[in-house]
Amino acid sequence: MSASKRIVKELTEVTSNPPAGTKVQLVDESDVHVWEVLLDGPEQSVYAGGHFKLLLTLPKDYPFKPPVLNFQTKIYHPNVSNDDKGSMCLGMLRSDEWKPPNKLMAVINMARNLLIEPNPDDAVETAIADQYKSNRQEFEKTARDWTKKFAGRK
Amino acid sequence: MDSDDEMNSVVSSEDDFMAGPDSEDSMGEGSDLDFEDDEPDIGFDTHEKDVKPAKHAYEVDFKVFGPDEIQSHQDRQIEEVSNILGQPPEASAILLRHTRWNKERLIEQYMDKRDEVLEGAGLGDDVAGSPRIAKVPGFTCDICCEEGPDMETFAMKCEHRFCVDCYKQYLCGKIKEEGEAARIKCPGDGCNRIVDSKSLDLLVTTDLKERYQELLTRTYVDDRENLKWCPAPNCIYAVECPVKKRDLSKIVPTVHCSCKHSFCFGCSLPDHQPAPCALVKKWLKKCEDDSETANWISANTKECPKCHSTIEKNGGCNHMTCRKCRHEFCWMCMGVWSEHGTSWYNCNRFEEKSGSDARDAQAKSRQSLERYLHYYNRYANHEQSAKLDKDIYLKSEKKMTQLQSSSGMSWIEVQFLDSASQALQQCRQTLKWTYAFAYYLARNNLTEIFEDNQKDLEMAVENLSEMFEKPVDQLQSLKREIMDKTTYCTKRRVILLDDTAENLKQGNWEFNVALT
Ligand SMILES: [Zn+2]
Ligand SMILES: [Zn+2]
Ligand SMILES: [Zn+2]
Ligand SMILES: [Zn+2]
Ligand SMILES: [Zn+2]
Ligand SMILES: [Zn+2]
Repeated sequence: MSASKRIVKELTEVTSNPPAGTKVQLVDESDVHVWEVLLDGPEQSVYAGGHFKLLLTLPKDYPFKPPVLNFQTKIYHPNVSNDDKGSMCLGMLRSDEWKPPNKLMAVINMARNLLIEPNPDDAVETAIADQYKSNRQEFEKTARDWTKKFAGRK
Repeated sequence: MDSDDEMNSVVSSEDDFMAGPDSEDSMGEGSDLDFEDDEPDIGFDTHEKDVKPAKHAYEVDFKVFGPDEIQSHQDRQIEEVSNILGQPPEASAILLRHTRWNKERLIEQYMDKRDEVLEGAGLGDDVAGSPRIAKVPGFTCDICCEEGPDMETFAMKCEHRFCVDCYKQYLCGKIKEEGEAARIKCPGDGCNRIVDSKSLDLLVTTDLKERYQELLTRTYVDDRENLKWCPAPNCIYAVECPVKKRDLSKIVPTVHCSCKHSFCFGCSLPDHQPAPCALVKKWLKKCEDDSETANWISANTKECPKCHSTIEKNGGCNHMTCRKCRHEFCWMCMGVWSEHGTSWYNCNRFEEKSGSDARDAQAKSRQSLERYLHYYNRYANHEQSAKLDKDIYLKSEKKMTQLQSSSGMSWIEVQFLDSASQALQQCRQTLKWTYAFAYYLARNNLTEIFEDNQKDLEMAVENLSEMFEKPVDQLQSLKREIMDKTTYCTKRRVILLDDTAENLKQGNWEFNVALT
């Protein structure tokens, strides 16, 4: 059984009706398993003004396994690993929480919502999460600095 | 069980598992007892159930179970519940798994609201609603987006309907790749309904059903707080111990599996007595975070403090003698060795500088680093020394075998070396964790006793360790001495562990971090 029908359907939906501030396209037209998501930092967040490039990779047994989400643009965020992978892995992106009917549209929305409101209780970067909880001002300053430095318009 | 009597419960468990028909063959407890008692009055096992060997404060009750025993105990529970509820064994098994083998809660709830309990476990006897495969006109599968009048679909009572192919693939992935069994959820978005075995029977193939059964047996152990799989690779045994999570600030429950592996029942890490689980976790995290600072310590070579020639450490012993200038010094503190064998030996103790010395922030942080390194040094050194001792032993063993064949000594006569090596390993394991323990210890009137015990064990271990570096042809004549030193080491270890465990039980230690 091939999942291509499902994937193509999802892609059509997302490209024709993208969530606010996002743009989705295939990295390579011949491979529906790798999506590029361009995400504008939401206005009400510390990432405002930034343009973030994300990679959504669908495993070969998608949708039975969750997609993998990586920030290709460096970002200061408790839920994004601060390394060359920039991985975000929480909530429905975890294999024990992912359900096959879940849609990539929901994944993109979740990523966007996490920029507005990070989830420090389920963090990959515990130091950033601690700072977010105990010294919000300092966190916001660094997040803004990084946004300016790494996610400014090219 | 009240939390007040929790420590008593550690010793005398009323749990039925212990009192099962095979409880007389207490497995596993032997390995640790081999060197422990130098009083000969206990003799060999009396095989009388009511005569319990005197137990040390640091020991806990436990029992090791093989696969057959686990299965038969599971079967007994199912049979018992089946008799009480009047449900067939198959259904009773489902109900028990559904309540995570909490028999009492199951029976209580069943008496209270039978239909709801059956329903919740996917056993509702409403025939019309029981799951089956059906074709539904105009249906599109939300997983594969396929549709068509001939498509077979399936849904449980929650009515989250998907095509049979997708349902099957979902279950297959859960069972085969994720190893789930008793709690596979409905594939529906946000639905927590458990896929019951009736539904599973309809959808999966025979080989998958077998794997499913296997996994169910595993969940039996996973679901019970008083049972744990031995963490040694490929080990098939499970260990039962009555120590609960909430007891872990009062006791360090080391258990000994039949495969010879000793591990902590609380956190499954290798034996870490006397340090409680919470401290071990904090300590390991700290060591990981500070690994760069501490890396230089693991170096195998240092300079002689007198003539500065390079000295390599070959064995576990800390008593170093410079080949060049014959200066004798301590590998740990680099101090003169002659001061170590006497009563003012305090290589193990960290001397806090008085408050005035550490007034400014920089000095404070330097002192806290020094303090950490003091303990880390000793911790890491014992880990390393245990390995070096073992290397030396393996070399000696080879030579002993040669000696044995040339001198006509019997195999049994060289076993003292084996016992000595094991005692050394065990004592170093304990010593290693005493330093993590001491790092978190806040000073009170008990600290000194602890440090004295630690020092005594250190000296006993060093004395024995030194023996291992003697040339092989001398070993035979040192047999008596080595055996005495082995006994003494083991005795010092028991004293230290006993005292630490007793005070932990009483809540007498003060730590500079929370024990949670
Ligand atoms: Zn389908
Ligand atoms: Zn459902
Ligand atoms: Zn084992
Ligand atoms: Zn533990
Ligand atoms: Zn020298
Ligand atoms: Zn020393």
